[in-house]
Amino acid sequence: MTIQFKDESFRGDFSYANSPSNIPRFPFPFPEDEYMYSTNIEPHHAARAGSPFENAFDVDEHYVAEMKDRALVLAEDPGRCQALPHMETAGWDFVELVMVSKARDYPDLFKLTMDGDRWHWINKPLQIDDTFTFGDSSTLPCHPMEYIGRQVQGDHAILDQRDGNLWLDAGIITAQADWSLDFDVGMNFFEWHAPVPLAHELGVFQRALKFLLTLPQGQPSRRLNWTLTVNPRLDTSPENYPKWGPDRMTVTPENIGEKVHLRVELQTFWRLPRSNAILFPIRTYLMAMNEVVTQPKWARRIHRVMRDLRPELVEYKGLSRYHPILVEWLSQFDDGAPTSPGIFPD
Amino acid sequence: MSASDHLIPVVVSNVVEVNPIIKRFEFKHVNGDELPAFSGGAHIVVEMLDDGTKRKNPYSLMSSPFERDQYAISVRRDDTGRGGSKFMHEQVRPGMEMKISAPVNLFSLDLRAKKHLMIAGGIGITPFIAQMAQADKLGVPFELHYAARSVSQAAYMDSLADRFGDHVSCYCDDQGEGVDFETLLSSQPLGTHVYVCGPKGMIERVVETATHLGWPAAHVHFEHFLAPPVGEPFEVHLVKAGIDITVGAEQSLLEAVEASGTPINCMCRGGACGQCETAVVACDGEIMHNDHWLDEEQRASKQLIMPCVSRFRGKRLELDL
Repeated sequence: MTIQFKDESFRGDFSYANSPSNIPRFPFPFPEDEYMYSTNIEPHHAARAGSPFENAFDVDEHYVAEMKDRALVLAEDPGRCQALPHMETAGWDFVELVMVSKARDYPDLFKLTMDGDRWHWINKPLQIDDTFTFGDSSTLPCHPMEYIGRQVQGDHAILDQRDGNLWLDAGIITAQADWSLDFDVGMNFFEWHAPVPLAHELGVFQRALKFLLTLPQGQPSRRLNWTLTVNPRLDTSPENYPKWGPDRMTVTPENIGEKVHLRVELQTFWRLPRSNAILFPIRTYLMAMNEVVTQPKWARRIHRVMRDLRPELVEYKGLSRYHPILVEWLSQFDDGAPTSPGIFPD
Repeated sequence: MSASDHLIPVVVSNVVEVNPIIKRFEFKHVNGDELPAFSGGAHIVVEMLDDGTKRKNPYSLMSSPFERDQYAISVRRDDTGRGGSKFMHEQVRPGMEMKISAPVNLFSLDLRAKKHLMIAGGIGITPFIAQMAQADKLGVPFELHYAARSVSQAAYMDSLADRFGDHVSCYCDDQGEGVDFETLLSSQPLGTHVYVCGPKGMIERVVETATHLGWPAAHVHFEHFLAPPVGEPFEVHLVKAGIDITVGAEQSLLEAVEASGTPINCMCRGGACGQCETAVVACDGEIMHNDHWLDEEQRASKQLIMPCVSRFRGKRLELDL
């Protein structure tokens, strides 16, 4: 399969859009007609050819454009990429995992040749052809985490494991749903999750931490998380709140289908072998409501989920200002018919 | 799902008698593939098919984390144990095919440390051999203090002293030598992390001394190398499965549950990782909690059990499995 990479923007004129063939492969996050938090973690096995779960690190038509957007963010704000000094080994683990996986899963796009520690890496879509010594950061143009983080879609946090907890000690975070690496760096699992409502009382984080602390090597896991974003903007960071916060006031019943985007994070969890850290990729997928409702099952279900969403979650996800208009607009696509289980379109 | 569901087929490439009670076993992938990378302090679970009984024991990897063509473990023979070490010593020969889990690390180096201070007792030396290779390559200062009962039982003492020189200090009980923990722990630079692996008494002394001297708890690391203890056979009712099982004298509760085909999570099989924690539905009797996972309150409640190492004595035990 050859991927046609799109030339598009996630800012300014917001020319980002999904091709019709890309819509059905969207990771729709609602397996049922109602939504509540759960520790919805499952093995990150290869699943369903053509889906975003088919490969370890999904590459799609937005790859090149997303990497250009990342470069723009990092040029403006280098603090989006930070690694505490003890995280260099983990950076190399990350390099190995991505290169080995992509070269295996997309041999027409990526090529890795290893001669002992001497590695030769070719990334055709980004026109990169580099030779370096694995484990020797002086042979790369930057920190290993930044080097590979600029070549893989999604944000990447690396969590150090010690003292029965996980510590957010490194990350390259340019496409975040309103959280700040600069603020969270060095925090432990409970500290950086502190702002999330309801989930603490449900014991979600205790269970999730216990699961992650014993995450075995070679058995990655995944979960989906979601929010809504006005305009297809990847960089909805607290640092840039003045740029995107006011967008929420631009939503009207007339433009809501093109303005409001379902923003889904495919989160995966990987035990890294040499550092014993956990790699936490947060891969963001954006889809305009107009595109979502082209799939009748998704149209019915998203109406029901949004209509019945708990008020605390409406508030936490920052949807309050346009939530009623959205539910009203979505209702036109819901004829009340039952929906089939699972997330894939009919 | 558990780590041991995803086993790696290996061939025993070498068996070395290190001394009368310790043998080293080396494994290569059956296909000659590279084995997974790992970090110092990691262990693997070795599956043993012993005349119809399936045993799985954890052993620390002692080979260098930077060598992926083979793994090495050392096994101390324990004739009073459940038979796993005896099986390894008596039955395992070069050329035999076996299965091992991917490496799991519950005793990793804290990579923030300015210095790693390692204290080993007896067979507790094995994780440190891998950790020293790692610290050496990363260029972080380290020191090993290795105590053994006798010169003849001090596995690898000479080779480690040759390889790492001044980094290694050795102590043999039969020579009247012992580690002075008070002096050792009070003379370390700020930012040092201490790691101890050995007999229970040694771990307790190191932790107590460090605490007494004001070491931050987060700088004190220890690994109990705990094998499931033997005991009297006992009956257990598995509520969800709706079956009764018998746990044999030399079998762990976890192994008996697995043998019945009932799904159960697990990882370290040594009472440390918490993965197999199971709810007790009913208990008329005494649970022998042998794990390092549950706290005193949880133990007293009789509502949780760690099937990998804990046992039961009494009239009836029902588990949520």
